Amino acid sequence: MPEIEATVRELSFGEAVREALTEEMRRDPRVCIFGEDVAEAGTPFKVLSGLVDEFGKERVIDTPISEAGFTGVGVGAAMTGLRPVVDIMFGDFLTLVMDQLVNQAAKVHYMSGGTWKVPLVVRATLGATRRSAAQHSQSLHAWPSHIPGLKVALPSTPYDAKGLLKTAIRDDNPVVFFEDKMMYRMKGPVPADEYTVPFGAADIKREGRDITIVATSSMVQVALGAAALLEEVGISAEVVDPRTTWPLDERTLIESAKKTSRAIVVDEGYGRYGVTAEIASVISHGAFYELDAPVTRMGAMHVPIPFSPPLEDATVPTERSVFEVARKLCRRS
Amino acid sequence: MATVTNRSATHSEIALARVIHMYRQMVAIRLFEERVNDLYTRALMPGLAHLYVGQEAVAVGICEALGVDDYITSTHRGHGHCLAKGAAPDRMFAELLGKKTGYCKGKGGSMHIADPTTGNLGANAIVAGSAALATGAAFSSKYLRTNRVVVCFFGEGALGQGVLYEAMNLAQLWKLPVVYACENNLYNEYTHFSETTAGDILARPTAFGLAAESVDGQDVRAVYAAAAPLVERARQGNGPAFLLCNTYRFRGHHVGDISRDYYRSKQEEQRWISERDPVRILGEWLIEQRLADQARLDQISLELTSEMHAAVESALAAPYPDPAEAEGDVYA
Repeated sequence: MPEIEATVRELSFGEAVREALTEEMRRDPRVCIFGEDVAEAGTPFKVLSGLVDEFGKERVIDTPISEAGFTGVGVGAAMTGLRPVVDIMFGDFLTLVMDQLVNQAAKVHYMSGGTWKVPLVVRATLGATRRSAAQHSQSLHAWPSHIPGLKVALPSTPYDAKGLLKTAIRDDNPVVFFEDKMMYRMKGPVPADEYTVPFGAADIKREGRDITIVATSSMVQVALGAAALLEEVGISAEVVDPRTTWPLDERTLIESAKKTSRAIVVDEGYGRYGVTAEIASVISHGAFYELDAPVTRMGAMHVPIPFSPPLEDATVPTERSVFEVARKLCRRS
Repeated sequence: MATVTNRSATHSEIALARVIHMYRQMVAIRLFEERVNDLYTRALMPGLAHLYVGQEAVAVGICEALGVDDYITSTHRGHGHCLAKGAAPDRMFAELLGKKTGYCKGKGGSMHIADPTTGNLGANAIVAGSAALATGAAFSSKYLRTNRVVVCFFGEGALGQGVLYEAMNLAQLWKLPVVYACENNLYNEYTHFSETTAGDILARPTAFGLAAESVDGQDVRAVYAAAAPLVERARQGNGPAFLLCNTYRFRGHHVGDISRDYYRSKQEEQRWISERDPVRILGEWLIEQRLADQARLDQISLELTSEMHAAVESALAAPYPDPAEAEGDVYA
């Protein structure tokens, strides 16, 4: 297929994010970036490398280490004509910006009776196993997902990262965009031609018949690995990625569970009151009469993320642990 | 509400028109707030409201230095800021009563009045919550070269929240056109500011290199005279400023704060009210200077009393929003 070869490249996740930003900044002069070490340094993850060369320091703006301050500046700038993309280096630092996100960005449109808008993107990271210990490893995407007025995107592939980020930048609402920092170097096909990925549209990453594994962000590759292991024992797993926790494509999740009659929800955040709880509830309610087993949830162990590698590795779901849970679930019926 | 017209006028005539306009605005705020208190005591208003009585000269003196395209952010004690920036009393009352015709369709209430047409980015009930937002609006002004100035109103209670300092640091680094207007009404809710505020207030913005001044917040002419050059300086691209306005909250923290003996004395309140009322101070000055007589001032009060009466009546008669509207406006 020479046509496809000509237009689809292999890009890393980080390159896909950078390409989305580059294209949107070329398209719309109102798009600018705020954050710590975003300009010459291109962030510690080098995701933004080169942007300052093309767009200058007026649009790629290094800030002091003032997460609340520059996120709030992003909110005010978004209200008054810009479309800022704010860089929160580690998702753990979202704790510092919660007032700006929750009491300000999320509520401005509603409190003003729909008159002011906040077209803001807050990019943050999630994911453990980088040996970064308890304050640089959390997956806190459940927090903004809880708040009316915010949208939350969690891409799991370079293709989705580019398409969802372009949608986020064009959205007239505040969007929190989570990138798995362990995924930045993962490569995948990305079309050279313009495209976007809509919010609220789950993607079936792998089709299957016997069990549905709903997985988000960092857990999608884990789920796909588990699905390959399950295949070897004769279990056909379907892997569904919601891609946005809000808006949530409830229909696709429910339809998949109805088809397979079993579901596991895997997410790297804490399970308690978390993303897996919400999605499991949606599936349990929507697919109740078609389910052959209780919807099962897997997430981070309920501990602060420890430093020591054997300890840290024990806190997150793995291909093997998802495989084991899925196999038990399929045997039970 | 601007009374300065395009006809050719001498400098003093314009100056007089401006002073009369400021008098009018202060009386409007005073009468508005008295009606709010009345609505509360008659149990016609849901929730509470934080009255601006006593502080009128701050909002009026500063907003007099702004154009309609300039932005403000306001606070939980924000009615005065909104009115001074040009909000219409009837839509303000409607919002306070939770009516569909209010500025926010009843979704914001007393503490969240917002109005793009008058550059009001919104009143904020997190005390330093608007510091970074105002700074962001100033960033837009510079980025888009719109030449707009932003005034960030906040009480001295906001000096306790760190985001204010992050915002001032950013504003000075980037030379943004924002004026931080700190209204020191002496009380963080029910606690005297001296119990919560170490060191010197102006030393804070000074440490960041902001132009920092303090002014008698009961003298509207002094407030205007202090604010105008700071606004102009910001507009010229010379960076942010901090204006400390020393004032006093004549009433309680909110309309329900009736018994205040445990945090301040009646004598203290009486002294401020009898000696430092910003409306009376300007009225007496106008008469003393023979720029207006008592009859003219009475006429202004009379007109505004009837305007406020009509505004309240229209707000009381306005419909509530349909409960189904609760779900609207969450997302744009």
